Amino acid sequence: MSEQRNGEGLLSGYRVLDLADEKGLLCGRMLAGWGADVIKVERPGGDPARNIGPFYKDIPHPERSLFWFALNADKRGITLDIETADGRDIFRRLVKTADFVVESFAPGYMEGLGLGYRELEKINPGIILTSITPFGQSGPYAQFKATDMTVWALGGMMYLSGDPDRPPVQLSVPQAYFHGGIHGALGSMVALYYRELTGEGQQVDVSAHEAVDFANMVEDEGYDLLKVSLARPGPFWGLARPGQLGILYERVNFECKDGYVNVFVKGGGAGYKTSARAVTQWMKEEGKAGYLETYDWDTYDFGKLTLEERQRLEAPLVPFFKTKTKREIMARAAREGIFAAPLDSVKDLMEGPQLNARDYWVKVEHPELGDTILYPGAPVKAAVLPWRTQRRAPLIGEHNDEVYRRELGLSPELLVALKSRGVI
Amino acid sequence: MQTKQVFEGVKIVLFSWGAVASQAARELALHGATMIRVESHRTPDAIRFSSPFKDGKPGVNRGPLSTTFHTNGYNISCDLSKPKGREVARKLVEWADILGDSFTPGILAKFGLDYESVRKIKPRIIYYSTCQQGQYGPYAKIGGLGVQGAAGAGFYYITGWPDRDPAMIQGAYTDFVAPWFLAVPLVAALIRQRRTGEGFYLDESQYEASIHFLAPAVLDYSANGRVAGRQGNHHPAAVPHNAYQCMGNDRWVAIAVTTDAEWEALCRAIGRLELAHDPRYATLLARKEHEEELDALVSGWSRNYTAEEAMLVMQAAGVPAGVTSTCQDLLEDPQYKHRGRFVTLHHKEIGPMIYRSPAYRLSKTPARLVKPGPCLGEDNEYIYKEVLGYSDDEVTDMLAEGVITTEYDAPGVKRS
Repeated sequence: MSEQRNGEGLLSGYRVLDLADEKGLLCGRMLAGWGADVIKVERPGGDPARNIGPFYKDIPHPERSLFWFALNADKRGITLDIETADGRDIFRRLVKTADFVVESFAPGYMEGLGLGYRELEKINPGIILTSITPFGQSGPYAQFKATDMTVWALGGMMYLSGDPDRPPVQLSVPQAYFHGGIHGALGSMVALYYRELTGEGQQVDVSAHEAVDFANMVEDEGYDLLKVSLARPGPFWGLARPGQLGILYERVNFECKDGYVNVFVKGGGAGYKTSARAVTQWMKEEGKAGYLETYDWDTYDFGKLTLEERQRLEAPLVPFFKTKTKREIMARAAREGIFAAPLDSVKDLMEGPQLNARDYWVKVEHPELGDTILYPGAPVKAAVLPWRTQRRAPLIGEHNDEVYRRELGLSPELLVALKSRGVI
Repeated sequence: MQTKQVFEGVKIVLFSWGAVASQAARELALHGATMIRVESHRTPDAIRFSSPFKDGKPGVNRGPLSTTFHTNGYNISCDLSKPKGREVARKLVEWADILGDSFTPGILAKFGLDYESVRKIKPRIIYYSTCQQGQYGPYAKIGGLGVQGAAGAGFYYITGWPDRDPAMIQGAYTDFVAPWFLAVPLVAALIRQRRTGEGFYLDESQYEASIHFLAPAVLDYSANGRVAGRQGNHHPAAVPHNAYQCMGNDRWVAIAVTTDAEWEALCRAIGRLELAHDPRYATLLARKEHEEELDALVSGWSRNYTAEEAMLVMQAAGVPAGVTSTCQDLLEDPQYKHRGRFVTLHHKEIGPMIYRSPAYRLSKTPARLVKPGPCLGEDNEYIYKEVLGYSDDEVTDMLAEGVITTEYDAPGVKRS
């Protein structure tokens, strides 16, 4: 069963002008996926995000960027140089019939062009301007230069990722701008609801720096209470404790026969104890429990446990899991209530049973490549008005004719003139 | 006079545990929605047992995990396994516009609170279910916490170094990716409910939502057969690009040079302008060939400065740079202070603690953090009587029967 349907989605009827670069593309992708008509507005010649790899068959080319494909599926595409007077005129015309403008320019850039919220509001009082930046529209860092990694760093997640004896690390798929983008989509929706009530738009000021911070769970609150900052833990889970005992590290990633698994073997509330007892029981059945043979998980008091004691507890776990495959561990986990998951790679996910049983992966046609590519499908399933992953990202200027000639009524001669002047 | 909040009058009931269902609803509660979570002292939310805790002492109401995700919300205790408890649940369904569920698929059905049953009571309800791997499928019933979600959804595999085993991201990563994906169609469905009176059902698999943060790697595997692995901090199109150690204990600055102009600016900033046009380093390709050398060059410089100084020197020169913030840094972060990210609220058992504002600011209708997420059953009096309309006698009876649970119903507590 595919997710495809024709033009009917939760956000059908809404139009988005998407001026964002890599810092905000995910926002427009979300709105497009839920059915909005998202028009990606690129500078003539193509958006710089088309140069971001990886590339189809590793051929770097602005119409082959897999990054671009992933983040711009289901959007239409026009070219427009809003730094020209004609370009701004055309943009203003488009704003008249748009519901959202999404952008990720440096704070002040849109205002500098006469396209800030105050001006857009005059053209269309219902317009929602979603501005996604690394740090927000104002403040001491607002004009800081950034990349995904530096925002991941300042937002606190880099310090929490990696091995303690190596530098703080980023993920090999950079994350910070995705956090900014999804919070941008969320903020846009909150503004849309307000507009439903009042007819008025507003500006949505999104900070990727703040969005990234959410990912640290409650480490900020933990610091507020205990004055302990957790750090990158390696294959362990860190628990902050006040005073002399210091941070407790519990190993959670284990090498297994065919890869790695993440397993919780610790005390605490009911679920944790069930998990720990089930693992211990399994080890006992095979005569491999070692120190855990007589250990009572009810006595596990993470507030008092020393690191040495924890290391004694987990010592038998390391060789034990090495004798088991991911499948064996997960089968036992499902039966016995063990908190476990394999450390799946993207290949494992794409070939595994669960996501395929749910028809999650969607084949998208790329006629220019003579090929289809698999994309992630619905982030949330809805039987009625479902998400769409349907159409490949636009080619450069692909919908110029549709939008400029057919919708705005610009004459072919005018379009030629604009093209030769580099306006579109 | 304060402006009306966006979601004032919108009513949300949560039959939930964990971080995802609550955080999706929290975004609405921070903008005025009324959010009631139904819980039981007999089976409290498992995350109440996870540290950190105030003073390091465990307790169901002593940790941020018990309160943070329910900012502005209400909490009632109710035993759904009793018929009278299910009557309470039914009243809440009649009251609510939105119902959030995050239990293992099938659990709420046992209490007659599955979507099909609920929509008969309240056809216009928006019902969202969120769990690790979705409501159906061969792995649907495998439970797990967010940490397992992050592992299973592919995030640890790509964290760390090419010559090392996968490393962790401290924190249950996918728990803090999935809620936002859920909140987007949730608000869209709410708009539709307002217009048409129609209900809606959303089934979120936290894996399916979170994998969107890996989309480029998905396409790379599909198109090129390449399995994204661990890469450390290098970047295919930027050199230098890494975290560099600074003065002090485990202090680092992330620096990313993305253009030749930034390279020249960095060289000038560190007093080595002659390297800018040195053919060994002048172009990206040249710098790529000497990446290790350049990492050593930059860290030779950065170790003489604090992380903040190094960042500010780079920023003044126009080079992207950022301190790898610790939690202490985050609480003291001047940009966060400017935006009012952390608001201190006073919790009954924890006392004063920071609570987080949304990552977006609406210019006309900003969020308001007004009360901390409540203790278990804290709002029984108000909700049972004022909102659900039970009389004093009825409430007394429900307490006596254990329909309204109290701390004496907690596992391991002996009733006297």
